[in-house]
Amino acid sequence: MSTGDGMGLFLNILVDGAAYGMILFMIAVGLSVTMGLMRVVNLAHGGFALIGGTLAHWAGQDLGLAFPLALAVAMLGTLAIALPLERLVYRRIYGFGELQQVLATIGLTFLIIAAVNLWQGSALLPVPLPESFARPVDLGFRTLPLHRLVVIGSGLAVIAGLWLLLDRSRFGIRLRAAVDNRGTASALGIDTDRIYMVAFGLGALLAALGGILGAELLPIDAYYPLRYMVLFLIVVAVGGLGSIAGSFAAALGLGMIETAARYLAPDLATIAFFAIVILVLALRPQGLMGKVSA
Amino acid sequence: MQGLEVRGLSKRFGGLTVSENIDFDLPPGARKALIGPNGAGKSTFANLVTGILRPSSGEIRFDGSDIGGLDEPRRVKLGIAKTFQITTLFRKLTVRENLRLPILEREKRGYSMFARAGSSPETEAEVADLLEQFELTAFADRPVGLLAYGQQRLVEMAMTLALRPRVLILDEPAAGVPSSETHLIVNAIERLPKDLAVLIIEHDMDLVFRVARSIVVLVAGRILTEGTPAQISADPKVRELYLGKSHG
Amino acid sequence: MKSWLTPFLVLALAGAAFLLFPYNLAFLTRILIMILLVLSLDLVLGFAGIATLGQAAMYGTGAYAAGLFAVHASGNPLAGLLVGAFAGAALALVSGLLLMRTRGLTLIMLTIAVASLCLEAANQLRGLTGGADGLRGIRMQPVLGLFPFDFAGQTGYWYALSVTVLVFAGLAVLTRSAFGLSLRGIHESPARMAAIGVSVYWRQVAAYTIGGGIAGIAGALAAQITQLVSLESYSFTISAEALIMLILGGAGRLYGAVIGTVIFMVVHHVAAANDPFNWLFVIGALVLFVVFLVPNGLVSLPLAVTRLWKGARHARA
Repeated sequence: MSTGDGMGLFLNILVDGAAYGMILFMIAVGLSVTMGLMRVVNLAHGGFALIGGTLAHWAGQDLGLAFPLALAVAMLGTLAIALPLERLVYRRIYGFGELQQVLATIGLTFLIIAAVNLWQGSALLPVPLPESFARPVDLGFRTLPLHRLVVIGSGLAVIAGLWLLLDRSRFGIRLRAAVDNRGTASALGIDTDRIYMVAFGLGALLAALGGILGAELLPIDAYYPLRYMVLFLIVVAVGGLGSIAGSFAAALGLGMIETAARYLAPDLATIAFFAIVILVLALRPQGLMGKVSA
Repeated sequence: MQGLEVRGLSKRFGGLTVSENIDFDLPPGARKALIGPNGAGKSTFANLVTGILRPSSGEIRFDGSDIGGLDEPRRVKLGIAKTFQITTLFRKLTVRENLRLPILEREKRGYSMFARAGSSPETEAEVADLLEQFELTAFADRPVGLLAYGQQRLVEMAMTLALRPRVLILDEPAAGVPSSETHLIVNAIERLPKDLAVLIIEHDMDLVFRVARSIVVLVAGRILTEGTPAQISADPKVRELYLGKSHG
Repeated sequence: MKSWLTPFLVLALAGAAFLLFPYNLAFLTRILIMILLVLSLDLVLGFAGIATLGQAAMYGTGAYAAGLFAVHASGNPLAGLLVGAFAGAALALVSGLLLMRTRGLTLIMLTIAVASLCLEAANQLRGLTGGADGLRGIRMQPVLGLFPFDFAGQTGYWYALSVTVLVFAGLAVLTRSAFGLSLRGIHESPARMAAIGVSVYWRQVAAYTIGGGIAGIAGALAAQITQLVSLESYSFTISAEALIMLILGGAGRLYGAVIGTVIFMVVHHVAAANDPFNWLFVIGALVLFVVFLVPNGLVSLPLAVTRLWKGARHARA
């Protein structure tokens, strides 16, 4: 790592940490909303990032589609798997106790892993990105690979889009009402079943996007959902269930902290990461911005 | 003074005042009822007395000493116990086990790890007495979750009484009980120990007028008036505000 | 059924397994060690209702404590077990003081974080633990000075079986005691337990500590019998698999822990030998089957089938 001076190091941490944080955010935000909304402990959410990544690998590498097309195929494909899953399986899991939810979604994770392995094998599944992503971009004060900028830009676009959707649209008002109080929401005639499905689908879609764009940082292979399960759940718990702003803050903060630790004290990075997580959750058990007591 | 003494008690949630400047006494042997429309703050008051909630200001004294800073388990040990509005019984445990638990805890044997929970003859005799008193002997070994609602209410009261409280707060003892079974509840209340201080929070006016000797009316977090059942039923303010509506 | 019949049958099966699979004693011993770990989880989760995915923290700590004790202090197996139990209980007590203040997802994440922290600490303290190479050089003296550990694993099997039986018996006494009853009460309704004057927090800390001690014993046994402690003992996989075994068998019943562990381990042994990914199909389907169709665990399956059978007969009649 060429870091000429302290300032350069700082900027590297900032940019890499932000990119890493954006990936975490894109994958975890859907998890946070569904967990806050449906009160379901969902360990299988990383599976949608894996499905997205696998489909992108297949469309780009096996079919030879251009990246934008592969991305579209992957995201639509993920949605086509997520929605029936919500209807047929998750709908029944919502009513379970916490442990049964943990078990059911772990079981689901195992099935997703085994299915991906059956189809594409257990090796690394690289997602072919456009060559231009590797091209350095001169920002005047600094040169960065375009990929980092695309990731950060996408993350900002996602949070802006979510903010518009939730703050300005009818769907957003209903979703927030349902997160705050399910009973009241359905008493007001809000169709919570549909909100669940849309929120679940949106979450899966964003997870697929994050999985694909983040494949350089969190490489895709069949074991992906198990390997990063804890990471995604930690972002949700630290951010606070059901809070989009909380997920954003947690993802960015944890991304920065882990990146900084990897640059400065690689041996202690993991310890520092978990120590901070324990500290935050000890002080704020409901997470940074959680309204729902977890 | 003996018993429970509340002075200037207030509770605010954010900007919302749910209890305001309440003065209240409950001496030994009292049979007092707390009534008031929905949202008057009856349950909040009960939760303040038992320590589930902390007051924003005011004093709660028991036998003359301030208990405002104690948590719920400590107040239970002093002798202040409350039944629940919504039953939170141990549904998978049998009636006998439900009654055994509070006795074991009262006797500070909750950390006893070697003897069988049902091995002490004194405890079992006390359980048998409670079963008898509340007419539950026939159902002793059934899981509570399988009992009729009225009987679950009796288990609820028996359990709370097993703590040998000196102040007993009954939070809506007849809620959800079909009218054909309310006499079970009335009988049980009438058979409570004479020197026990009892506070009944209840919607069912017939039940209140049958068992209470004194009634406190709470409206919007404040005490509107207090008196005997005869005074209360004659009070025009109460008739207008509360009885007028529910009794048509 | 007579109360002595079930334990007698289980012990007879354990004896028969020894005779029938003389070349699989290492595997049978591993089952026994996992049974111990799952029993500890049953106390914590099945009885006291503490949701955890980090029981490996105490298992691994017991393993390292017993391993280090054998390397640096004494090869006496029973002393090592005590050290492991103490280490597991101590970690559970210290972490439990924080963990038991939380619930739900936060509690689950914190238990995972504690185990991850232990794993990373063991990884970094290479000088002490051997890091990723594992802790080596464990040499055990004969059990009770009489039974040396042999290559076939016979002593290991009987040793592990004896410890498991003793712990099982201890837990049977504990769960029937006033303390055990209060844990079941907490599991069913913590609010009600507080209302009858119980400090739920301290009761849960106590249960978590005892469970930690038992997990520590399981780890210590593993260290002594395999004469190796690896970072794997702290892994999330161990915590998660223990949870699956418990729910498979039926939480809140000690035999559920035994049955779930045996079924999981045997299925794993057979299926994973062919292809580790096929194994995930099998276990994933098994887990979903149990969660959706036999929510009280396989230990309740006979009863569920009887009910179904009776229901069908009633329907026809």
